[in-house]
Amino acid sequence: MAATPNVIIDPVTRIEGHLRIQAHAVPDGMGGGTITDPGLSASTMVRGLEKILQGRDPRDAWAFTQRICGVCTVVHGLTSVRAVEHAIGIKVSKNADYIRNMMIGAQYVHDHVMHFYHLHALDWVDVVSAMKANPTRTAALARINNGTYKPNNGALPNAAYFQTVLNKLNNLVSRGQLGLFANGYWGHSAYKLSPEENLLLVSHYLEALAWAREVVKLHSVFGGKDPHPNLVVGGMPCTLSSNTGTINDDKGGTSLNTAGLATIKTAVARMKAFVDQVYLPDVLLVAKRYKEWADFGATAGNFLCYGEFPDPALVKREFTDGAIDYPAGYIIPQGVIWADAPTTLVPFDEKMVTENVAHAWYLGSDTGEHPSVGETELYYDGPLPDQGRNPDGTSKYMLDENARYSWIKSPRYDSQPMEVGPLAHILTMHARGGTANAQPTDKLVRGYVQQFWINPTAQGGLGLTFTQLNSTLGRIFCRVLETKIIADQIAGRAADRTLGTAAYAGWYQLYYNNKAGAYWNPNTFTRLQQPNLWPVQVGFGFTEAPRGALGHWVKLNRVSGLIDNYQCVVASQWNAGPRDLVGAPGPYEEALRGHVLADLKQPLEVLRTIHSFDPCIGCAVHIVDPDGKPLVQVDVNHGVCSTTRVSDMRCAS
Amino acid sequence: MSTDLPSRSDYSHMPADSSDGVTFDEATVERLLQLGISRRRFMSYCAGLASLLALPQSMVPRLAQAATSTTLPAVVYMSFQECTGCLESMVNSFAFSGGTTIDNLILNMISLDYQETLMAAAGDQAEERLLSVTAQSGYVLVVDGSIPARWDSGYFISGERSGVARFRDAAKNAALLVAVGTCASFGGLPKADPNPTDALSIGELMADLGISKPLINVSGCPPIPEVITGVILYYLSQGMPTLDSLRRPTVFYGDTVHEDCYRKESFEEGPLARAFDDPNSRKGKCLYMLGCKGPVTHNACSRVRWNQGISFPMMSGHGCIGCAEPDFWDRLNRNNEKGFYIPIAAGSGHSRGLPCDTCHDDNGGDDD
Repeated sequence: MAATPNVIIDPVTRIEGHLRIQAHAVPDGMGGGTITDPGLSASTMVRGLEKILQGRDPRDAWAFTQRICGVCTVVHGLTSVRAVEHAIGIKVSKNADYIRNMMIGAQYVHDHVMHFYHLHALDWVDVVSAMKANPTRTAALARINNGTYKPNNGALPNAAYFQTVLNKLNNLVSRGQLGLFANGYWGHSAYKLSPEENLLLVSHYLEALAWAREVVKLHSVFGGKDPHPNLVVGGMPCTLSSNTGTINDDKGGTSLNTAGLATIKTAVARMKAFVDQVYLPDVLLVAKRYKEWADFGATAGNFLCYGEFPDPALVKREFTDGAIDYPAGYIIPQGVIWADAPTTLVPFDEKMVTENVAHAWYLGSDTGEHPSVGETELYYDGPLPDQGRNPDGTSKYMLDENARYSWIKSPRYDSQPMEVGPLAHILTMHARGGTANAQPTDKLVRGYVQQFWINPTAQGGLGLTFTQLNSTLGRIFCRVLETKIIADQIAGRAADRTLGTAAYAGWYQLYYNNKAGAYWNPNTFTRLQQPNLWPVQVGFGFTEAPRGALGHWVKLNRVSGLIDNYQCVVASQWNAGPRDLVGAPGPYEEALRGHVLADLKQPLEVLRTIHSFDPCIGCAVHIVDPDGKPLVQVDVNHGVCSTTRVSDMRCAS
Repeated sequence: MSTDLPSRSDYSHMPADSSDGVTFDEATVERLLQLGISRRRFMSYCAGLASLLALPQSMVPRLAQAATSTTLPAVVYMSFQECTGCLESMVNSFAFSGGTTIDNLILNMISLDYQETLMAAAGDQAEERLLSVTAQSGYVLVVDGSIPARWDSGYFISGERSGVARFRDAAKNAALLVAVGTCASFGGLPKADPNPTDALSIGELMADLGISKPLINVSGCPPIPEVITGVILYYLSQGMPTLDSLRRPTVFYGDTVHEDCYRKESFEEGPLARAFDDPNSRKGKCLYMLGCKGPVTHNACSRVRWNQGISFPMMSGHGCIGCAEPDFWDRLNRNNEKGFYIPIAAGSGHSRGLPCDTCHDDNGGDDD
C-alpha cells in the first residue's frame, strides 16, 4: 500500500485540459521532501467523442476530431483525413502535401513557442523578481542574448523599452490587479534567474503573444480560420485564385491570391526569425541557469514516433502515389527506441499498439487490445467530488493508484509504456543520423546536440551528456531544437559545410513554384461509394504531432459507407496515461520519481517536469465502443448518493 | 512618425485637427502615456472599435473611458468540457509590440483574474485565487465548454469539485455570464448525438440550477476573437447589447454569413462550384453544392473575417460548417442527411429559394 499522497496539484494549470497530479514525498523535516516512487497522473474530464463519431459521414470526421483539441487543431483534423484516405485508398496531390506539411509545421512552431513562454516560462521566470530589474542592464543583456532581435520599432530594445514593460508590471501591482500573474510561486527558492534575465523573458512572453497571432495567419489563408481551419478528405479545400488581385463580388477569387501568398511568406519568415533570434537563445539562457534539471524528470527511456513531414518531392505522379508512402523521407522518422540502445532506431509495427484500461474509468479488456478492436464503456467508480475537506485540511477526494483513477487509457507498445514528443523526435532523428539512411535534418540535429548540449561550457555548450537528454531540461531543449529544424524546413535554409548539408529552398518556396498544380483528388467523394475499391478493413492515419505520436483508426461500413468505429490513440495519452495491468507507471508518473521539493505546499519542481511534457489532456481522453452498443448508464455512486440531476444536488461545498 | 509620439499636451489640449470632443482625466492620460499610446492612435483605435460594434461615433468617448478605466473590471474565465480553441482564439486578439501597440487594449482593459490555461498559479494556489476573486461581486464570468448534467457522474471534476458545483459557485456573485463558444452556448460537440456525458449548455444548466442572471451567448467553434472581446467591451461601455432569440448579440449574429459573402451572387445567378479545386472554385463561385451552411448560419465571419481580416472559410474554399448554430453537428440537410458536405435542403436559407442551377441536377436532386 502506497503512502498517502502529500503533494497534490489540482488543477494543474498552464496546460490544455484538466489534470490532477498526486505524489508522496518523504518529508525532510523542513517543509520539503523527496518523491521516491512514481506519481499519479489523472485526467478528470471526458466527452466521449469516439462514441459521437459512430454512424457519421467519414468526410465529416476531421471536423469532429479537430475539436478534440483547439491547441492541436490541425493535427487531429489531418490525422482523421489521412485515416479516411487510407481506408478508401485515395492519394493526394503534391500541393496538398506541401500545404499539410506547412500547416503542421506552423503548428509546431506556434505551439512550441507558446508552450515555452506562456505555459512553461513562469516555472523558471519569477515575475516579481523582474520588477526589480534595471532597464539599462536588461537592454545590455538583450544585446548579448538576442542581438539580432529588434522589436523596438525595428531597433534593438533600449532601456526605455524595458522601462515600458516595467511600467506595465507596475501598473498591475499598483492597481492591486495582478490578473494572471497572481498567486504564483514567486520568491520560491528554486527560481534562479537574475532580475534582468527575468524581465527580458517577461518581455518576450508578451511579444510572443503578438507574434503568435501573426503566425497563425498561415492557417487562416489555407484553412479560412484559426483555430480549427478547414480541411478536406482527398487534399486541401483551398485552391489557387483565378483573380490575383483584390477579392470582391465582381472579381471573385480565393484567399490564395497575391496578397494571401504574401501573407504566408511573411508568416513563414516571422516564424523562422523568432525561433532563431528569441526562442532558441532564450532556452539556452534558461538551460545554463538550470542545468541541474538535466538530472530530473527521466522516463523509462523507451521512445516512439509514428513519423511526420513526408517529402512531397517524392510524389511521382499526382493521385497515384503520395508522400505518405515514403516514410524513409520523413523529417521525423517512424520508429522505436528502446532504453537499452538509445542510439538505435527499431522499425515500428502498428499492430503492436495496444490499449489498457486496468486503471482507467472504463469497462473493457484489462489485458490490452489493439485500438481497432478494443471495447470500452464509460465507468466512473472514483471518489465523489464536492465533499469538501477533512477537518485537518486533507482531501476527502483522493485517487488510488491500485484502483481506476483516470479518463486516460494506457497505450502500450509491445507491452511497454513509451514516451512520445520532442525528445522522442530528436532521439529518433539522431539515431537515424548514424545510419546509411541519414537525412540532412538528422545531420543538423546531431550537429546542434553536439554544439549546444554536449560541448563544454568553454566552447559555448552546456557541457551535458547525451544520456541526460532524457530529462526535464532535455525535453525543453529538444523542443526548441525541433522547432528550429522545422521552421527552417518551411522557410528554407542555407548549406552547412561543416555538417555537410546542402541548401534547401523550403516547403513554402517549393509549394509556390508548384502553386498552379492540383489541390484535391476529384475521385475522393465517388470512392467513398465504392467499397469494392477500399484497400483495407481499418484505415490507419497518423501524424507526428507537436506533442508526439498521434494515430486514428477508422472502420467504415461497407454497406452504408458511414463510420462503424473510430478510435484515437493520442500523444498526451502515451505520456499522461495511468499505470497498466502490471502496474508499470506512465511517463508523467515515472518522471516524478526522485524529485526534491523545497516546499511541499508549493510544488514548483513537480510542475516543471509535468509542464516539460506540454500536457494536452483534452486530447488524451478517449472511449470506444466498436460494436455500437449503447453505453451503459453506469450507476457510479456506490449507494452513497444516488441522485443524479443537478436540480437534486446533494453535493457538499 | 514624430507627429505621432505620445505627448501629454495632446491629451490635455485638444489638437487643432481633432473634433472628437473627448476629454481625459489625469489618471487616464497617465496610463495611456505609460503605455506609449498617442491620442491620435488611441482615438482612431476607438473609432475602429465603434465601427466593429456598430456604434455611432458619438459613443466613442464612452468607449474611450471604458478602455482606460483605472480600476479594471474583473473577468473570471472558467473552462469545462472544452478543447481550449476558444481561449486560443481569444488570445489571437492580443498584440504587443514594444509596449506601443494598442490593439491589446481590450485585454488590458480587463483584469483576467482566473484563466487556467494562462494563469501562473496552480493547484491549491489557483483554487485560492478562484475563491478570492469570486468572493467579490460584479465580475464578468466567461465560460467555455459544456458541463455534464450529473454532478456525481465523474465526467468533469476539477479541484475536487464537479463541473456543476464549480459553475454554481462561480456564478453566484457574477454580474454577467458570457458563454463563449458553441459548447458553452448550446452544448456543442459534447452534446452531439448521442451526448454520451449528458452535457448541458450554460443556459440549460442555469435553468436547472435556478440561476437567473444576464447571459450572453457568443457562439462559434471557436468564435472570432474580435467578437469575444468586442462583446465584453460593449458590455463594459454600453451595457447589455441587443440579443437575438438565442441570446447572441445581434450586432455580430444578426446576419447570416451568406449575407456578406462575396460568393453570394453566384448562389443566385450561378454558376456554382461543383468540386473542390474545379475552375469555379478557383473563381470563387458559391460553395452551396459542396455543403456550405452559410445561408442558415448567423455569424460575422464574412464581415469581420478571421485572423485580422485575412480570410474566412468560404474565401479559402471550404463551405461554412454552421458552427455558430445550435446542434450544428446534427443538422439535417437535403434528404434528411447529416453532413458538412450535404447541401442544405430547400427553403432553409431564410425562406430563400435554392440556387437556380441546382434544379434538375444529377448531383443535387430535385428542388423540393
